[in-house]
Amino acid sequence: MLKVNNLTKKFFPGTPNELTAVDDLDLEMTDGDFLTVIGSNGAGKTTFLNLIAGTMTPTRGRIFLDGQEVTQVPEYECAELVGRVFQEPGRGTASGMTVAQNLVLALNKGHKSLRIGVNRERREFFKEELGKLGLGLENRLDEKVVHLSGGQRQALAVLMATLTMPKILLLDEHTASLDPKNAKKILEVTKKLVSEKELTTIMVTHDMNQAIDLGNRLIMLHRGSMICDVEDGQKEELTVDKLIELFSEKDIVDDELLLTTRQ
Amino acid sequence: MSLLIDALEQGMVYGIMALGVLITFRVLDFPDLTVDGSFTMGAGITAALIVGGWNPVVALLLGVAGGMVAGIFTGLLSTKLNILNLLAGILTMTLLYSVNLRIMGRPNIPLLGQSTVLDQFRSLLTPIGLGDYSDLVFFGLVLIFLKFLLDLFFNTELGLALRATGDNEQMILSQGVNTDTMKILGLAISNGLVAFSGGLVAQYTGFADVGMGIGMIIAGLASVIVGETLLPTKSFIWVSTGVIAGSIIYRTAIMLALRYGYNFGFKASDLKLITALIVIVALATPQVREKLNLKLGESVGI
Repeated sequence: MLKVNNLTKKFFPGTPNELTAVDDLDLEMTDGDFLTVIGSNGAGKTTFLNLIAGTMTPTRGRIFLDGQEVTQVPEYECAELVGRVFQEPGRGTASGMTVAQNLVLALNKGHKSLRIGVNRERREFFKEELGKLGLGLENRLDEKVVHLSGGQRQALAVLMATLTMPKILLLDEHTASLDPKNAKKILEVTKKLVSEKELTTIMVTHDMNQAIDLGNRLIMLHRGSMICDVEDGQKEELTVDKLIELFSEKDIVDDELLLTTRQ
Repeated sequence: MSLLIDALEQGMVYGIMALGVLITFRVLDFPDLTVDGSFTMGAGITAALIVGGWNPVVALLLGVAGGMVAGIFTGLLSTKLNILNLLAGILTMTLLYSVNLRIMGRPNIPLLGQSTVLDQFRSLLTPIGLGDYSDLVFFGLVLIFLKFLLDLFFNTELGLALRATGDNEQMILSQGVNTDTMKILGLAISNGLVAFSGGLVAQYTGFADVGMGIGMIIAGLASVIVGETLLPTKSFIWVSTGVIAGSIIYRTAIMLALRYGYNFGFKASDLKLITALIVIVALATPQVREKLNLKLGESVGI
């Protein structure tokens, strides 16, 4: 499904400020894999997602998605294959447009026609899909997204990202800016949609518990390199303490990561 | 009465231009200053072709095409060369001044004695006794038709994608839409409307002048803002209605100022000053109101 070879991204290459955000990364994911990625700030997690989504082009290395090379493909074309949810709920939805209009935008990706966007048939479909979220959004189709709560907006963003069955779903700390109750709800929604649609997923998170609970594979990034890769079988036995042990083995001290987990 | 009719006529013909400004400033969130140049371009192409013996309808449509090209040019400067959007518009506006002079061949083309779209329409309405109101009817029909088309367009998938480009570029990009194309499309439609307005104004006033577009963007913006103050809802149908009402109110205000302003010592040459002041007042109103409300609230103890 996803294959990444020698992926490297340097910022300001050739200058004294050169920064290697992703360093010679190799990764292969099979269909239906749910990968969680942890790492401290600056570990290269978001850059890694940006490279896959085509927001950035790598300095070196190649990316294959569903058998196609997408290394140099611009973001809007990559988007045909990629569904993405950002950390801030505001980034995944258009605030001045209604819930139904936002969902229309997610329907057929880049292929926009001159058909009227919100029709009766689609409204029924949207109601059905929104109903599954269990947030009462199915009755607020014509409300502007700006009037929704952060949690509701993020749920809508998750639905929009998965509506067209992307080849891969990228979740970039998508519960990090929500309060614990909403974060839990969004996580449930995500789990449900991912398992229902059997989506191949990469979830970046700060939260070790989350990373352990979800998915069938976990990797840890540190300074752009993969320092730990726990796959099926072993992952079920993983605990926060074991992860911290792995951390200290690698001689990585990161108070932030430990603190956020111990809360 | 005749003042009211004049104001309505002008409000509607310039309302087409204001709809164009609405698309860039509000829908796309792209402050496009091409308008001053593309308005003149529409007028210049239309007038030059009419004088050259072309059918006025064809001349007008070619003027619209010229405006669209100008919009596309600004769009390319902004998206492909990454020139700041304000500057991209100013650059196009500046170069259009020379281009318009080239097209027109001289700074002013009078259309006296030429058959215009408005004359043709008048000859249709005269038999049923509406000849005196033919300009009013014509501009009204054209404006309503264009508004209807726009309302429809901004509810299509493509139109929604264009709105989303102005609302949240990152979001619509990750939904697979090429936002560069959307911006260029929006600028083309906007400047096409502006040029259409210019082409009609030339036929209405009986001349095209290379300086007729100066300050047009401010007039358009004034209409948009007045409209928003009138109808502060956000559904596109009401926004576009508000802009048209805004344009009529704005033109009425200008005409009153021109007619009675001399009583207060105004001259015709003060028009741009007054226009800019109107826009400043309109822009400041919501903020002043908010501060007043806040103060009132404090004094009442809310």
